[in-house]
Amino acid sequence: MAPATRSRWIGALRSPLGVTAATLLLVVLLLAVVAPLVWQSRADAVSPADILQGSSARHPVGTDLLGRDILARVLVATRLSVALALAATAIGVLAGLLLGTAPMLLGRRAGRWIAALINVAVAFPNLLLALFFAVIFGVGAKGAVLAIGFATAPGFARLTQTMVATVAGRDFIAAARIAGIGRIRILVRHVLPNIAEPLVVTATMAAGGSLLSFAGLSFLGLGVQAPSYDWGRLLGEGLAQIYIHPAGALAAGVAVVVAAMAFNLTGEAVARAIGLRSPQAGARPADDAPPVARAGGTYQAGSSLLSVRNLSVTFPAGADEVTPVREVSLELRRGEAVGIVGESGSGKSLAALAIAQLVPAPGRVHAERLEFLGADLRAGSGKAHRRLLGTSLAMVFQDPMTSLNPTQRVGRQLAEVVRQHEGADRTRAWARAVDRLRAVRIPAAERRARQLPHEFSGGMRQRAMIGMGVMASPALIIADEPTTALDVTVQRQVLRLLENIRTAEDVALLFISHDVTVVAQVCERVLVMYAGRIVEDLPAGELMHDARHPYTGALVAAVPGMDTDRELPLAAVPGRPPEPGRLPAGCAFAPRCPLATARCREQDPPLATYGGDRRVACWHADLAPTVAPQQTSAAGQPAAAGTEGSTA
Amino acid sequence: MRELRFEQVSVRFGSRRRGTVAVDGVDLVVPAGTVVGLVGESGSGKSTLARAAVGLAPLTGGRILLDGRPVREMSRAAGRPPLQMVFQDPYSALDPRMSIGDSIAEAIPRQPASTAAQRRAEVGRLLELVGLPADRAGVRPDELSGGQRQRVALARALAGRPEVIVADEITSALDVSIQGAVLNVVRELQRRMRLTMLFISHNLAVVRYVSDVVAVMYLGRIVEYGPAADVLGDPQHPYTRELLAAVPRAGAPLPQPPGESADADPPDPHQPPSGCRFHPRCPVGPQVVPGRDRCRDSEPSGAGHRNLAACHFAAAAGQARP
Repeated sequence: MAPATRSRWIGALRSPLGVTAATLLLVVLLLAVVAPLVWQSRADAVSPADILQGSSARHPVGTDLLGRDILARVLVATRLSVALALAATAIGVLAGLLLGTAPMLLGRRAGRWIAALINVAVAFPNLLLALFFAVIFGVGAKGAVLAIGFATAPGFARLTQTMVATVAGRDFIAAARIAGIGRIRILVRHVLPNIAEPLVVTATMAAGGSLLSFAGLSFLGLGVQAPSYDWGRLLGEGLAQIYIHPAGALAAGVAVVVAAMAFNLTGEAVARAIGLRSPQAGARPADDAPPVARAGGTYQAGSSLLSVRNLSVTFPAGADEVTPVREVSLELRRGEAVGIVGESGSGKSLAALAIAQLVPAPGRVHAERLEFLGADLRAGSGKAHRRLLGTSLAMVFQDPMTSLNPTQRVGRQLAEVVRQHEGADRTRAWARAVDRLRAVRIPAAERRARQLPHEFSGGMRQRAMIGMGVMASPALIIADEPTTALDVTVQRQVLRLLENIRTAEDVALLFISHDVTVVAQVCERVLVMYAGRIVEDLPAGELMHDARHPYTGALVAAVPGMDTDRELPLAAVPGRPPEPGRLPAGCAFAPRCPLATARCREQDPPLATYGGDRRVACWHADLAPTVAPQQTSAAGQPAAAGTEGSTA
Repeated sequence: MRELRFEQVSVRFGSRRRGTVAVDGVDLVVPAGTVVGLVGESGSGKSTLARAAVGLAPLTGGRILLDGRPVREMSRAAGRPPLQMVFQDPYSALDPRMSIGDSIAEAIPRQPASTAAQRRAEVGRLLELVGLPADRAGVRPDELSGGQRQRVALARALAGRPEVIVADEITSALDVSIQGAVLNVVRELQRRMRLTMLFISHNLAVVRYVSDVVAVMYLGRIVEYGPAADVLGDPQHPYTRELLAAVPRAGAPLPQPPGESADADPPDPHQPPSGCRFHPRCPVGPQVVPGRDRCRDSEPSGAGHRNLAACHFAAAAGQARP
C-alpha cells in the first residue's frame, strides 16, 4: 500500500464518522460471535414464574410469554440476524456480479439481452421482489435468504454493468486484448480490481439494507420460524405486549437500528477513505496579509491597457497552502499580442483566469496592482467589474464544445452577451449575433445562427466562440490554448481570424499556448512561465534563436520543426517540473538546469531587466546561448533517462 | 520484422444504409524494417485504420496481410496477434492497479513457457531498452510521469515480440519537453531493432522526424504515399500541400490562404463528396479553376502519379521535377 493511501485510511479511521462506524461494527460482530456462547442458556431458560415481567434487576428489559429473558434473547439473536443478512447480501452480490459482468463476457448480442433483463428487473421495487421470491421459495429462513438475496441482485447487477463498461473502454483493456489475453482473465485481472472499491462500499451498505429487510420479513412471519428467532421475530413477539412492556419490543428494534447503522456508516467511511465521496471541505479563514513584495515590476502605471504587478494565486492544501502562480507582472498595450508559453502545470492558464477574475472558489488572488482599462480590479463593486469585463474582455478556451451551451442555439448564446450588458432588444441583439458570425467567417451565418452547437464542426465552434467574444467591442482577448484541439488547417484559420480582429479593431491579445512555434508566429512578445513564475519576457523574434533563460532554450530545442536534423536526437529536458507545493529553495529550474551552480540552488533569481526591452530570471543569463541544449540519450542509458522524475 | 500490407481495407460503423465509412478501400504497405508515418486530419480514419490492424475494429472489407498471410489467421494460430499497439493517452493505457512490471510481463507470450525468473529478467531488459531503470519494475503507473508511462507502454508492446508496432498519436498527450524524449526512444529503437512501425500523428514535424515513408490520409482514403523526403519536400496532392502550408513556422507571417476554398470546413464523413473527396476544398479544383468538372464526377486514383498522389492533375511518375 502506498504511503499516501495508508495515510488516507488512517485519516478516515480517525474522523468521527470512522471511529463511530468502526466501534459499532466491532461491537455487532463481537456480539454475533460471543453472545450465543455466553447467554444461550439464559436466553433459553423457561421460567413459568416470571412470565411477562417488566424490567427488573434480574431482567433489564423484562421477560416474554414463557418467562425467558428478552435482553439475553436479543443479544443471542445477533448471530442469526447478522449471519442471515450477510448470507443474503453475499447471494445478492454474487448474482449481481454474474449478471453485471455477463454482457462483457458473452459478447455483444447476448450481452444486450442480459442488459435488457437487468433493466426490467431494476424497475421492480426491492421489497416487492423480496415478497415475491419469499412466496416462491417458501416460508422459512432459507427462503427468506434467497428472496432477499435475489431482490438485491438487480441493483447490484446494474451498478456492476455500468462500471465494467466504463473500465472496458479504457486503453489498457484494449492493450490486454491485443496481447491475446482471454475475456475471463481480463475480467479478473484488469476489470474487477478497478471496480472493487465502489462495489465493496455498495455491498457493505446493502448488508445494512438486507438486515432491515430480514427484520421485516420475519416480523411478517415470512422469515425465521420458531423455535429459531432473530430480531424481526423478537420484534413481532414483543409487539403484542408493547402497551404493557414497551421495553421488550424496543430492545429488538434498537438492535436492528444499531446493526444497520454499523453497516451503513462503515460503507460511508470506506467510501470516504477511498475517495468516492469528498469530505466536507473545511472553510479556511482568509488571512489577507499581502504576499512578500519583490523587485520585479519595472513598469509605469497608467499608460497601458492591462497592468499586472506581482500577481499570485493561492489555493488551500490541507493545513497548508500552495501558490501555483507567483510574482507575475505584465503590461499589455492596446492592439498588442503577447504570448504566454509553458508546460502543463506552469500556471499560465491560472494566471489568465486570475486576470479575468475567474479563479474558482477556494483559490485567492493577490496582486500589488491589477488594472484593466484604468479600473482597479482588486477594489470596487463586483457588478461594475462584471460589466467592464463582460464587455471589454473576451475569453476563448481550448475546448469549444464545453464552452458553448449544447442546448441553446448558437445565435441566441451570442445575442445573450449584448442583451445582458448593453440592454439591447431581442431583434437588435440577434442581428448583431448574425453580423458577428459573419465577421468570424461562418458561412451562411443567418442559417447557422439558428443551429445548435453540435451541428457545428470543431473549427466553426471555436470561431463562434471568438464571435461571442467580439459581440461587444472588447479591448482584450484572452485566448487559452484556442487551437490545441484543432487540426493544422483549422488552426491556421482560427489564428488568422484572431490576427484580423486584432489589427482591424485594435484589440490586444493574450495568447496562451504550450506550442512555442505558434506563439512565435502569432505574438509580438512572449512570456515564458515555469513553476508559476515568468522566467523570461522577450520579443517573439528572439524566442527561437536568442533565448536567455536555459528553460526557454530547452523548450525551443525539444520541439521538432520541419527543418530539424533527423540524424540527431532531439534535445530533452531531464527531470520534470516541481509540484507547486514542493518548490526547491533557489531557482525552481535549477535541478534540471545544465548551468546551475550553488547560487542557483540557494537564491531564486529575480525577473530582472536584460538588454533594454527584455526581462529574464536567471543568474547566468549571459551564458545561456553559449551552452547547447543538453542532449539526453534515449534508449540504452537508463541512468540519464531515468532522471525524468524519481519516485515520489 | 515483416512487411504489413493493407489491401482494399474498409471499416464501416453503424448500419449499411445509415453508417459511416471511416476507412474506405485503403491500400497501404508498411515495408519491413521501416517506419511509415500516417498523417491526416481528425476524422480522416487514421486511428480506425490502426485499430483495424490490431483487431480492435472489425473489417467490413479487404484484408490485412503480414508477409502475404492474413493477420487474423496468424493471430488465431499463435494465440496472439502479431501486431502490438501503443495508445495516445498514457494515463488510460496502463492498469492503475498493476505494477508496470506485471503489465509488461502479462504481454510476454506464454509460449514457449518461461520461469518467473526468466520473465523478470525479460521485463528488466525491456525497461532498459526504453530507457527506464530495471529496478523500477515494481512501481505503479501513478508514480510515473506521462513520458515514462508512454515508455512503459512501448516496452509492453515490445514484450509481445510483435512483427509490427502500431503507434497511434503516442506523443500528442505529452508535454513538449517529454515528447522529445519519447521520440528519441522510438528513433533509437527503430535503428537498433529495425522495427516495422506504423506511426500515426497529426503533427507533420513529428512524423517527418521519425518516418522513412509518409502516407497522407483524407476522409478514409490514402491520397499520397512515398518516401518522406519526396512527400514532404515535393508534395503532389493539393491536400498534402495544404497540410504543409498550415504547419506553423516561427517568425514567418501567417500564410494567407491560396483561395476562399481552403477555409471551407472539412466535409461531413457521413456524406462524403462525390468524385474526388477533396474537391470542395481544393485550391486547384473545380471551385477555383473552371472546367475541372472531372474532379466532381470521377474518383482519381494514385496509379501512375508521382508519390501515388490520388489527384487527376498530379504530375506523372518519373516526370522531371519542375
